Amino acid sequence: MPKRILLFLFIIPTFLTTFTWADGENPLAHAWFNPVLTNVLVGAIVLFALVGLSVWLARSGKPIFIRRIAGLSAVEEAVGRATEMGRPVLFLPGMNDISDIATISAVNILAQVARKTAEYDIPLLVPNRWAVTYTVTQEVVKQAYAEVGRPDAYNPGNIYYVTEDQMGYAAGVDGIMLREKPATIFFMGYYYAEALILAETGNITGAIQIAGTDSVTQLPFFVTACDYTLMGEELYAASAYLSREPVLVGTLKAQDWCKVIITFLLLAGTAWALVFRNDWFLNLFNIG
Amino acid sequence: MKRRIPLTICLFCGLFFTIQFFIPHHQVRQVYADGLRWLIVVATFAIVMALGSLITHHGRKVRRRDKDWSYSLVTLLALLGMSIAGFATGTRPGTLFNKLFLNVQVPMQSTMFGILAFYIASASYRAFRARSKEATLLLLSAFLLMLSAVSFIGYYFPRITAISEWLLMVPNMASQRGILFGVFLGTLATSIKIILGIERGWMGGGR
Repeated sequence: MPKRILLFLFIIPTFLTTFTWADGENPLAHAWFNPVLTNVLVGAIVLFALVGLSVWLARSGKPIFIRRIAGLSAVEEAVGRATEMGRPVLFLPGMNDISDIATISAVNILAQVARKTAEYDIPLLVPNRWAVTYTVTQEVVKQAYAEVGRPDAYNPGNIYYVTEDQMGYAAGVDGIMLREKPATIFFMGYYYAEALILAETGNITGAIQIAGTDSVTQLPFFVTACDYTLMGEELYAASAYLSREPVLVGTLKAQDWCKVIITFLLLAGTAWALVFRNDWFLNLFNIG
Repeated sequence: MKRRIPLTICLFCGLFFTIQFFIPHHQVRQVYADGLRWLIVVATFAIVMALGSLITHHGRKVRRRDKDWSYSLVTLLALLGMSIAGFATGTRPGTLFNKLFLNVQVPMQSTMFGILAFYIASASYRAFRARSKEATLLLLSAFLLMLSAVSFIGYYFPRITAISEWLLMVPNMASQRGILFGVFLGTLATSIKIILGIERGWMGGGR
């Protein structure tokens, strides 16, 4: 816990001491609202309202349907397999730092996976690429083990920092895969060119591999080399799906409503462009 | 208290960083720029902890003579060697640190990247096996795309290049945009959930 307190203690004093006002050249430098972004503000308010509405509906106790996601349904089976084989579970939280929402989603999934590994009493290995992500994953796993009543089973040595270097990290994790022979490997978060190097090495070791990424360019590689792949938004839905908390599941409905709105706008925009032959509708979405 | 303080800071910072996007005022811009600098400060302290983790993790393996402890020894020696070289000679071109970086680390990175070519071949073999109708379609489109990448094919058979471009720009782009719409909505919804404290997995979960 002192690590997190340490992180937050730096924020407040820095906030109070680093105000250095300066006039900029920008003509909007003294304005309190940028009118060009009105459409973005409207979109953000709509999404905020939909999330709020879905949370309210979920709290009212109305049952919410969530479709089956094969990759997430297999998490239990994958952890169970590791238990039977007496081998560890390897979890990679992605190549981006904690400031990336995909990494935060990966950490949310890690919390759920850590609960299961704590229940089954099998080692969970989490090699990290970034220092801040390392501190967060360590706290998350520790907390998850404590919540299922197994703080004694938590091994801080299993959550560690490797290197920030992209290919260095890939080499390090490949080595871990080949030496430790994990029964289950999770690739969650954002990945770059090293995605196939990692997934193919995991494939060679014979581990069950579950990937989840919003990196469109790396998705085909994961689909090819992994047993299950969470595509795009499924990565963000994973925490709700695994925890089954009604409020979290309810917010997925807000995303579905937004998709309906986007589909309607796409159809309306196409119809407008075809009928009126001008860009008026398209320009509504222009952000300068 | 243990949960309330981080959640309050998260709510405050999340709302500020959302609202500042719409405010071009120079004072707000300045606070935003300072906020980004704090991230660097926080990350610097985290690096110390990460280094501690690296040394402890590998040091323990070497001390206990665990399986494959020699790799851990190499890691520790490399860390020590590069640190000494960096502090003693600096990092400018021509220094020992720079030479080690250019002649040891860069070739090793290139080697790892080079392995990708072989992995692409083995993954392609598995992906392009015509086991079903969909896999056969994938095989055909991949064949056309690879063919169009050959220089003289484009010259002698321009239609193949046109088909390949259509495959990339129409069905491929449409599916990618579909996925991206989901990604953007997922990103926004997750951000809102974290800011409002609905999603607490990043704190280890719980209420």
